[in-house]
Amino acid sequence: MVSKLIYPAITFEDVWFSYSDLEPVLKGVNLCINDGEVVAILGENGAGKTTFIKHLNGLLKPTQGNVYIYGENTRSISVAKLSRKVGVVFQNPDHQLFAETVEDEVSFALRNFNYPEHIISLRVEKILKMLDLWEYRKTSPFSLSGGERKRVAIASVLSYDPPIVVMDEPTVGQDYAQKQKLSEIIRLLQIQGKTIIVVTHDIEFVCENFPKTIILSRGNIIAYDFTRNILTNFELLLKANLLPPQIPYLASRFNSIVSKNVLYVWEMRNELLRVMRK
Amino acid sequence: MSPIIEALNLSFRYAGEERWAIKSINLKIYPGELVLITGPSGCGKTTLCRCFNGLIPHFYEGELEGILIVDGLSIVENKTCKLAQRVGMVFQNLENQLIMLSVEDEIAFGLENLNLPRDTIKERINEVLSILGIEHLRYKSPYELSGGEQQKVAIAACLAMKPKILVLDEPTAHLDPLSSKVLFDILSSIRKRLNLTIILVEHRLDMVASIVDKVIVMDKGQIILQGGPREVFTTPIIKAIGIGIPKLILLYEDLLLNNLKLDFPPLNINEAELLLRKLLSR
Repeated sequence: MVSKLIYPAITFEDVWFSYSDLEPVLKGVNLCINDGEVVAILGENGAGKTTFIKHLNGLLKPTQGNVYIYGENTRSISVAKLSRKVGVVFQNPDHQLFAETVEDEVSFALRNFNYPEHIISLRVEKILKMLDLWEYRKTSPFSLSGGERKRVAIASVLSYDPPIVVMDEPTVGQDYAQKQKLSEIIRLLQIQGKTIIVVTHDIEFVCENFPKTIILSRGNIIAYDFTRNILTNFELLLKANLLPPQIPYLASRFNSIVSKNVLYVWEMRNELLRVMRK
Repeated sequence: MSPIIEALNLSFRYAGEERWAIKSINLKIYPGELVLITGPSGCGKTTLCRCFNGLIPHFYEGELEGILIVDGLSIVENKTCKLAQRVGMVFQNLENQLIMLSVEDEIAFGLENLNLPRDTIKERINEVLSILGIEHLRYKSPYELSGGEQQKVAIAACLAMKPKILVLDEPTAHLDPLSSKVLFDILSSIRKRLNLTIILVEHRLDMVASIVDKVIVMDKGQIILQGGPREVFTTPIIKAIGIGIPKLILLYEDLLLNNLKLDFPPLNINEAELLLRKLLSR
């Protein structure tokens, strides 16, 4: 087996940020995310999640401290250059869509990066089919539903293949089937070795798709660990005003007989079977 | 008791569209019920909600067939302004709904349009602020509030009109889980206090399963299933439609496959705990 070299993709060094003279939104964030990690970011409304991810492609620069992407300080590279490395899908697709057709939207970045036309059309076709948007390629993004527009925004980022993919609330407005689709895409990107950062409120979605989780609370990272450790640590979740997923919560009611780190339905069933066999 | 909402073969298609957005909808909703409407994107949930206060057919143009009676009024023969006094609507996107400079003005807006006397308006504002526990937000601008607070203001503004029916279209889409839970707790308490009929469109079934009386599942413009949550969530064809079945129901079914039968499908943690303790003591 070939072991992969581990090196940091994203480094935050004592990052502080405030929008004006108001109270800082980020308060001394230190963090290192290695290349190829798949990480969820959880936190209540107003915890600083969106501010955090705007630092990843240099849209915001720290008021104090430094952010490094593959070792390069975001202060010394342009947003345009950074965005080749970091693709960000924002929460509200309407802030990022502008083209007349879905096809134009998704090929925009590729054209900007001067890819040859035949490569562009191949890429666009692949991405649109992957995201169930092929039938809308000649349609205006603005005539699509909220969930579909969100997928167009995702497609426009995935099309140019950045090594770091960041998504802010990708599950909002998506139904169950589309969420399953999104899970598949994240797994596919993971296999391709991409670094994936996803901000979400959907704790069951985190449970099923993300090996690691960060908890942001009041401008600070209060935990960065394996998802299992985080979602079964109720004290921690409570501190960040988060609710535990149903199965670990149920398991905690039986903490004297059932293992402490149960996360999935099948694990809970096996624990119950084990207890009953005794 | 007669239904407060009754649909008979209700169908609608938007002007210029070939496809029926909703097709042959038959339903009865009784006063005081809390009804969940769910289903995949594009299944017609929002279209159906737009019928309840007459936005369809009076604002959105298209072809309407069948009958929908809301609190004794046909939506075809009565204008939205009349229906809106009976049916309050809270939408997913609050930026389109909150328009005034302060929370107080926001709540007063609808009441002033009804030409109510000043004292009555004051009284109603006080009442709804207290029902939702947001007295402290009275003089704030809706724009400086968190998503959860904005959603409470939108509901307060609706309740001030004293509607009999409250319709909420994905009210928690932008809320964190704790704010969502707070919102659902409020809904389940005000419905009893005010004897409200509540229609809730939601994808996050695990959070609402235990507060709803009835679940309506839609797909491709039609109602596929309707009934109590325990019955609907355990109907086999629900898996084919693809909605997020609550984990506790999945556990119930998984145990069943292993020959462990709980007395009934649990809808919340307390129920599940009780049923499992009973199973373990057998």
